[in-house]
Amino acid sequence: MNLPTEKEMYAALEKRHGASIQKKLSNASVAVCGLGGLGSNITISLARLGIGKLILVDFDKVDLANLNRQQYAVKHIGMNKTDAMYDIIKSIMPYANVELHNKKITKDNINILSQADIICEAFDDAQSKAMLVNYAAELFPQKYIVCASGMAGIGCANNIITRKITEHLFVCGDGKSDIAEKGSVFSTGAMLCAAHQAHTVLRIITENFDA
Amino acid sequence: MLIINGNNCDAIGMTISEYLTKENYDEKRVAVERNGEIIPKPQYSAVILNDGDTVEVISFVGGG
Repeated sequence: MNLPTEKEMYAALEKRHGASIQKKLSNASVAVCGLGGLGSNITISLARLGIGKLILVDFDKVDLANLNRQQYAVKHIGMNKTDAMYDIIKSIMPYANVELHNKKITKDNINILSQADIICEAFDDAQSKAMLVNYAAELFPQKYIVCASGMAGIGCANNIITRKITEHLFVCGDGKSDIAEKGSVFSTGAMLCAAHQAHTVLRIITENFDA
Repeated sequence: MLIINGNNCDAIGMTISEYLTKENYDEKRVAVERNGEIIPKPQYSAVILNDGDTVEVISFVGGG
């Protein structure tokens, strides 16, 4: 099959989502920090929504042990997660505008997120999660932050929720299921929480952004 | 009345740092919201919890 044109792909999104909503989505810029179980799922959902710009940040490479819950394939093993995610996005949405940062976010380089309207925290380490949320809230008080806490183990799916903490901060997860206690994050828990995060991004954009 | 994580709390007059220590929170894993704002970490030892405040301590757990 021939590659659809950019215009055809946009028209298909408009037809499904409605012109006004699609315009908002296509004008929005969203950063995903961490491309593991949460971030790989969030990113694919955001690409399918037709988000105007995706800023993807991860310093890690795809490992065989990631395939249980992260959206990579065997062919991606050994690649930078940013490059592997780019390959996946482009296979779904070939005209997506994607910016890759193959690095670890610190307070010194957090400005790579300055173009984002919304920041998704998708790390696995609790201290890194808190670090990003605190720095981002302090440095970018007008940006929206959608973070995650508690999706490990095999608890009831209905325990994973989205909570609005401030006008600009949302937390997804059950708030307590720690990988240190539960041992594993399963593909389903990662998808549930990632879907909450991506859906929150969709709600923020459709409710608050101008078309 | 001081509400922390939905409960009426006897911590009026304490700083955020003092409260977190008393409740055994790991400061490196938390974000603290007070009256709709996220309190920057460097201010934890200066910000005092007042009567009428509503506070949420988000204590992150690992996994992602």
